Amino acid sequence: MVDLHFLANPARFRRFSQRVLPSLGFATALMLAVGFYMAFFVAPADYQQGDTVRIMFLHVPAAWLSMAGYALLAGLGASLLVWRHPLAALMARAAAPVGASFAAVCLLTGSLWGRPMWGTYWVWDARLTSMLLLFFLYLGHIALSRAYDSPERGDRASAILALVGVINLPIIKFSVDWWNTLHQPASITRLDAPAIHNSILVPLLWMAVSLLMLFVLLVLLRTETEIDRRRLENAEAAA
Amino acid sequence: MSNHAAYILAAYLVAAAILGGLVIASLGARNRVRRELAARGLEKRR
Amino acid sequence: MNGFTTLLMRDLRLVLRRPGDVGVVLAFFVVATVLFPLGIGPETNVLARIAAGVLWCAALFAALLSLDRLFAADYEDGTLDLLLLAPWPLELAALAKCAAHWIVTGLPLSLLAPVLGIAFGLDGPSPLALGVTLLVGTPTLSLIGGLAAALTLGARKSGALLALLALPLCVPTLIFGAGAIEALAAGEGIVTHVAILAALALVALATTPWAIAAALRQAGE
Repeated sequence: MVDLHFLANPARFRRFSQRVLPSLGFATALMLAVGFYMAFFVAPADYQQGDTVRIMFLHVPAAWLSMAGYALLAGLGASLLVWRHPLAALMARAAAPVGASFAAVCLLTGSLWGRPMWGTYWVWDARLTSMLLLFFLYLGHIALSRAYDSPERGDRASAILALVGVINLPIIKFSVDWWNTLHQPASITRLDAPAIHNSILVPLLWMAVSLLMLFVLLVLLRTETEIDRRRLENAEAAA
Repeated sequence: MSNHAAYILAAYLVAAAILGGLVIASLGARNRVRRELAARGLEKRR
Repeated sequence: MNGFTTLLMRDLRLVLRRPGDVGVVLAFFVVATVLFPLGIGPETNVLARIAAGVLWCAALFAALLSLDRLFAADYEDGTLDLLLLAPWPLELAALAKCAAHWIVTGLPLSLLAPVLGIAFGLDGPSPLALGVTLLVGTPTLSLIGGLAAALTLGARKSGALLALLALPLCVPTLIFGAGAIEALAAGEGIVTHVAILAALALVALATTPWAIAAALRQAGE
């Protein structure tokens, strides 16, 4: 296990992120370029979904990352409330809009996949509905963290919200699944492939890693900005 | 890309717009804050 | 426990002194539900089909509407600071406030809903079942709403923010509450749904008082 404790100090984190960001940005761009090439030209069309399977290379990693992002928010919230890590609050503030953006990408690409496959842009499918509620949880977190004149209060209130949200997320998921099985319109064919072929799996995982790198890049960049912004606010308060 | 090309391209363009927009906005915010810090002499000008 | 009942009775007395506040919430509930037949049309089978969902959503909004003042008055007049200093747990105080809110909103809403359900064309045991699901489900709404109220204490634009925070968390209760009436219409019992609603209420009861107390502490600092 790599000891990441040295990053808990904001000034040291800032130096670290300034050092890694340029090379991480370059590597992410390269990975994404290769990923797009694989998604468009290497991966074959699916026998059921046809070419629309190419949307999945964006949609599925975006879903994974938006869920992982909320878990990250909850972890950061816990470390703020329990250990009072000064960096956790800033990183949560930085990560929430990133997670919300990935949730939005997941919803919009899912909708654009649904139009040719289901014949409509929006279906009250269990997974899409859960993702929509996750998106709302992100919106609440972002709004709450910015709703106070003192940023520290917003940090702690949204940390509590993230912890409550992460407890409720499985309950919401379960209830939406229940609701969906009751109201499942017969026309929708479910596409749960029993096993994904490697020709699809490799581009999917490649895109997942590329988008994960983009996620990390955005969180580092925005955390750095939040550190600088807090310094600026402190300087203004002192002046 | 046969019949559904429009939807596939739209999906990739939407994703590029959202995530690319977020990258650009984040870079812009960082540079703005850095400039203000520099204006206050808290950070060396580059 | 003594502090719990004292605070509960105090909150109830405060409400009794101004019964109009409860009346406004109930009036909102009635007016909001009456808008649906006017907007959708008076076909009885359509109305009976949507009755449970409409009444549950309206009850949810009515409960939220009355929540943003739950802690605000205590926050402004300094009572909250005294509660923070009190020798008994703040978690119990949070629970007492939510219980008082439930008694003055959730309980009357549950009693009123069957009457409105009949007006929507629900028949047989359905109106009664609607009242039962609300009775079991509304405590969860009061607890989650109480948490949202505590989190938004002193925030800008707290009313709309409160709804944004509470509504996604209330979705499971809404689904099983409205689903019970549909299950009844489909010839199944409502026992499963009511049991799940009770489970949701217990989960809320076991988790939200701590979260509310944490939110109140950071608001009081």
